[in-house]
Amino acid sequence: MDDQSLRVQNASPSTSVSPPGSFLQEVIEATPGDSRLGMCIQCGTCGGSCPSAADMNHTPRQIFAMIRADLREEVLRSNTPWYCVSCYFCTVRCPQEVHITDVMYTLKSMAIREKRYDDSTAPDFSQTFIGYIESYGRSYELGLATRHNLRHRPLQLPSMVPLGLGMLARRRMDFAPQRIEKIEQLQAILARAIELEVGV
Amino acid sequence: MMSKINHSTTERVGVYVCHCGSNIAGVIDVEAVAQWAAEHLKDRGVVIARDYKFMCSSLGQELIEKDIQELGLTRVVVAACSPHLHEATFRVACQRAGLNPYLCELVSIREQASWVHTDKHAATEKAKAIVSGGVERVLHHTPLDPLHVPIHPATLVVGGGIAGIQAALEIADAGFPVYLVEREPSIGGHMAQFDKTFPTLDCAACILTPRMVSIGSHPNVTLMTWSEVTNVAGYVGNFTVTVKKKARYINTDLCTGCGICQEKCPKKVIDDTFEAGLGYRKAVYTPFPQAVPKYPVIDHVNCTYFQKGTCRACEKLCPTDAIDFNQEDEIVTLQVGNIVLATGYDLFDARRVAQYGYARLANVFTSIEFERLSNAAGPTNGNIVLRDGVTVPKTVGIIHCTGSRDRNFNNYCSAICCMQSLKFAHLVKERTGATVYNFYIDIRTTAKAYDEFYQRVLEEGAIFVRGRVAEVTDASRMPNEEGKLIIQVEDTLAGLQRRIPVDMVILSVGLEPRRDSHEVAKLFGISCSSDGWIIEKHPKLDPVATMTEGVFVAGCAQGPKDIPNSVAQGAAAAARVLGRIQQKEIALEPVRASVDESKCSGCRICNGLCPFNAIIFHEDRMVTEVNPALCQGCGTCVAACPAGAISGTVFSNEQIFAQMEGLLLHNIEHPPLTEGVLA
Amino acid sequence: MTTKLLFYPGCSLQRTARPYLDSLVAISPLIGIELEEIQDWNCCGATEYIAIHHLASHALVGRNLALAAQQSNGTHTVMAACSACYLNLAKTDSYMQVNAQLNRQVNDALQAGGLHYQPGTVRIRHLLDIIVNDIGIEEIRTQVVRPLKGLRIAPYYGCMIARPDRDNRWDNVEHPLALDKLMKAIGAEVIDFPLKTHCCGGHMTQINMPTAYELIRRLVYGAAQYHADLMVTLCPMCQLNLDAYQSEMNRHFHTSYHMPILYFTQLLGLAFGLEPEVLGLGKEFVNASQALSRIGIEVPATELELEMVENKPARKKKEKAGLPMPQMRHSEEEDE
Repeated sequence: MDDQSLRVQNASPSTSVSPPGSFLQEVIEATPGDSRLGMCIQCGTCGGSCPSAADMNHTPRQIFAMIRADLREEVLRSNTPWYCVSCYFCTVRCPQEVHITDVMYTLKSMAIREKRYDDSTAPDFSQTFIGYIESYGRSYELGLATRHNLRHRPLQLPSMVPLGLGMLARRRMDFAPQRIEKIEQLQAILARAIELEVGV
Repeated sequence: MMSKINHSTTERVGVYVCHCGSNIAGVIDVEAVAQWAAEHLKDRGVVIARDYKFMCSSLGQELIEKDIQELGLTRVVVAACSPHLHEATFRVACQRAGLNPYLCELVSIREQASWVHTDKHAATEKAKAIVSGGVERVLHHTPLDPLHVPIHPATLVVGGGIAGIQAALEIADAGFPVYLVEREPSIGGHMAQFDKTFPTLDCAACILTPRMVSIGSHPNVTLMTWSEVTNVAGYVGNFTVTVKKKARYINTDLCTGCGICQEKCPKKVIDDTFEAGLGYRKAVYTPFPQAVPKYPVIDHVNCTYFQKGTCRACEKLCPTDAIDFNQEDEIVTLQVGNIVLATGYDLFDARRVAQYGYARLANVFTSIEFERLSNAAGPTNGNIVLRDGVTVPKTVGIIHCTGSRDRNFNNYCSAICCMQSLKFAHLVKERTGATVYNFYIDIRTTAKAYDEFYQRVLEEGAIFVRGRVAEVTDASRMPNEEGKLIIQVEDTLAGLQRRIPVDMVILSVGLEPRRDSHEVAKLFGISCSSDGWIIEKHPKLDPVATMTEGVFVAGCAQGPKDIPNSVAQGAAAAARVLGRIQQKEIALEPVRASVDESKCSGCRICNGLCPFNAIIFHEDRMVTEVNPALCQGCGTCVAACPAGAISGTVFSNEQIFAQMEGLLLHNIEHPPLTEGVLA
Repeated sequence: MTTKLLFYPGCSLQRTARPYLDSLVAISPLIGIELEEIQDWNCCGATEYIAIHHLASHALVGRNLALAAQQSNGTHTVMAACSACYLNLAKTDSYMQVNAQLNRQVNDALQAGGLHYQPGTVRIRHLLDIIVNDIGIEEIRTQVVRPLKGLRIAPYYGCMIARPDRDNRWDNVEHPLALDKLMKAIGAEVIDFPLKTHCCGGHMTQINMPTAYELIRRLVYGAAQYHADLMVTLCPMCQLNLDAYQSEMNRHFHTSYHMPILYFTQLLGLAFGLEPEVLGLGKEFVNASQALSRIGIEVPATELELEMVENKPARKKKEKAGLPMPQMRHSEEEDE
């Protein structure tokens, strides 16, 4: 980069410039607003802060280095985004103000869209959850828990029964889902949003 | 477009277009600009227009000089870089050739055209317009002579840390008077609080106190501690400075500094300043034994007599009757020619990084607390112990970059924390044998012998973990963590999250501008960056001058720096001041405002606006006058005057309007410009 | 004076967090708030919808914001008691305000349902924020008829109310003090809980149990170390994870913690003299009756057997010796 083009770039407000066509650029574009992902200095504040880092394939910091290294497949197959608990510790502590939690959401949606995940537990949970929202407008714990556990943890299901019964006994769970009145309205809104987002 | 300027000119103008290597010529067709000027501005007096690779080179300047002499040029326009850089160069060249230097105009086609545009055609068209503006403007210039003002030989140094001490001693040793004003009761600054200095581990007191003693005894130094500058009037060479000497309640003519008052004073207070809150002082005190001057001060906020009306123990026991409870603040006026600001820094408040637990977790210390803890004259006599005052830590974690390199706090690198942390690691190892961890983002050991010190600390067995610490907590997860502070961090080189139990945490906190830096800058008529550091005239080529003539800056007031750099800047500022004093007088730019008394309505709107106090109002005639020696030509009054009675030389309305007409190409018949070039 | 609030209950408050809703409804008249439920609101999407479609997740929330704006007769404040709902509503509103493209697209989607939302029309706030910052601690103090003296509690905020805090509601995103002060105002003894904004496990209870158990364990172990009688929370997910999964966690680690988790509204109700039944007490899995009986409050027994709790050793009083401690800046701390 010569002296002049550097000056021209410094004058513009954009914070992170990444090579066009790179995976980094793709993630930045898929994340709403300015994720500042290109500004990561690899300090590890995120990986140090993360409550579930111990169970992640890669720390968030490593994921960002891998995104820069264009390791698209490895990043989307990593369990890291699925172990994000949305606690926002990394986001508020990041010295470079990278919107880490939002980037994790972006990586999850990319992985789901391309079905690139090794363990389907978390993606299926998300999909089951939103399936209830799309049908009823509200979440439905009993259905969600039963369906999710039957599919992914059939062996653990008996041990979960007391929990479910306890919930019912305490009237902290209902047998039937609630449906909002204008479910068609919601469905139309969601359909249009998805159309705008993925162009289906 | 109609041509608006039709009056002819008898002036003979030369236009010189610089390539600046490829800086300008890479974007702008300089040859075309020169050719255009020669053809289209012929009617506007242009008799010659040339382009040249480097106008600022000797050969480029000779070109102009030769044309002035041979072609009889009466005006010169140079189209090159910003006047900030080379205006003086070309003015002097004109002067050498016998032309009044103020008949030369430098217009910028680099900062204002080639560097900010990529469209070569449009940039070239814009450069033509800029040249045209310069030509119209220079036609309205008049020959001017610089103002010469005498330089008062005395200098004010503000701040008695190591930078201010250095500046004061250099000037005083050269034989000129210095007033050194310090806010605290003693000079010495932060350096006096330290035990050892990196990278050589000299004892801070051993190298600092001889300098302090020199200040105290120097015949050319007037030391004013416990004092603050409250007003600055005047200009380079002739500043009038008002200093408030706060009441010490000690008659310094009688006081011998014996220390009995401090010993007998019954009121003990936590010393937040010198001891960084880790130790105590009395209500009457000198901050430390080697204080200069030796006289104590009475802190009236904490003194029992001032608060409750009884006690007077010091007064009763003073062997020389030096206690004077009736003393009042004293206002002193000083005449000085130059000012050096060495006002230093404050420390980042570690409480702001809540996840590090400072002030909540007892054994989290700041760097300055650790300096006092490790200082042989400190509250623990140099024993490195936990907050309980007795337990020696077995494991210590040092956290770099606390509050620095962090957009939540300060974006900048504080420059000294890496070396400071390495020094701490060494001291902990040496004095306690504890296991020491350093947590860092990058190790920055860039100055002489600094990296060697890093090597030494590595050899001593300090452990380095690359990772910015996420949190310090007393919440244990496992029994082996109980009772410890746990440092949670990603070890970025190992790629895993670690929890390291330690007994003591030291936060290497960053440096910040003084909390009142913006007010201080306003007082001295200079500017601060948005961070609050004083802005130097040029970051590389003029690092100790400010944009205000006669006001210099040294040390951390200008930005974070270590002791060697602070001393170097103190000496550099002194050299600049001495250069001025030796000249005995200084030539001031004749850029001045003047009042046309026939137009002045006496409304006094301008009176309060002048930042240099250059405006005088004559009550008898009800008119305003501008003192040309004080006026800095800033133009505030010119713009404010509702009657248009004030005009500024070099920036008169006529000159500015003419330049605008020229920029809009109203001066030529068929302007070739396309739309939107003049953004 | 009564403040009217548009109320977004969210799915949890109707089911798993029923005691939260019951206690909120019970104390509302006492603290001068009137709740008007947003008609036909839908789920906020929790942390799941955005993981699949970010635009649809904002449109999902956008419908709630649009309905709230339509319904806002005289009030523009939308109150959520669930931290996840609060964060999702606030996040969509603030993203729409700063991101013109997102605003356009969300409104394009809402149009398909005949709705429109102008970002910034309603102000999204959490219940705790309203109680502490609008009603005020002093007002709460005047309502106390049964101070919870002797009850030692760990104030637990969880993540999403504290962070990212786009509106600067809290003094600190790491170590807020609002709930601490509120609990002190009703007479409870409040520990300086270092884990107060750490994660309860979130959705990990559905994804990977061992991860969730570890996160739950850290909190319960932390509170037990400080000899807390119970933890108080303000988020349905936190309560569910820590309460309903506590026995599973104990089984996983072969431990026997018994740390009741109550909603702060339940404790406010008790201090205001309301009966435990109307506050939904007794519906928790980890029974709070023993903890509450220590201060003379009898809670109806549930069918679950009670685990025995050991008597706690007396609290050690810190000696003031050695080097002075630096002062915290918020020095309005009344005790100690």
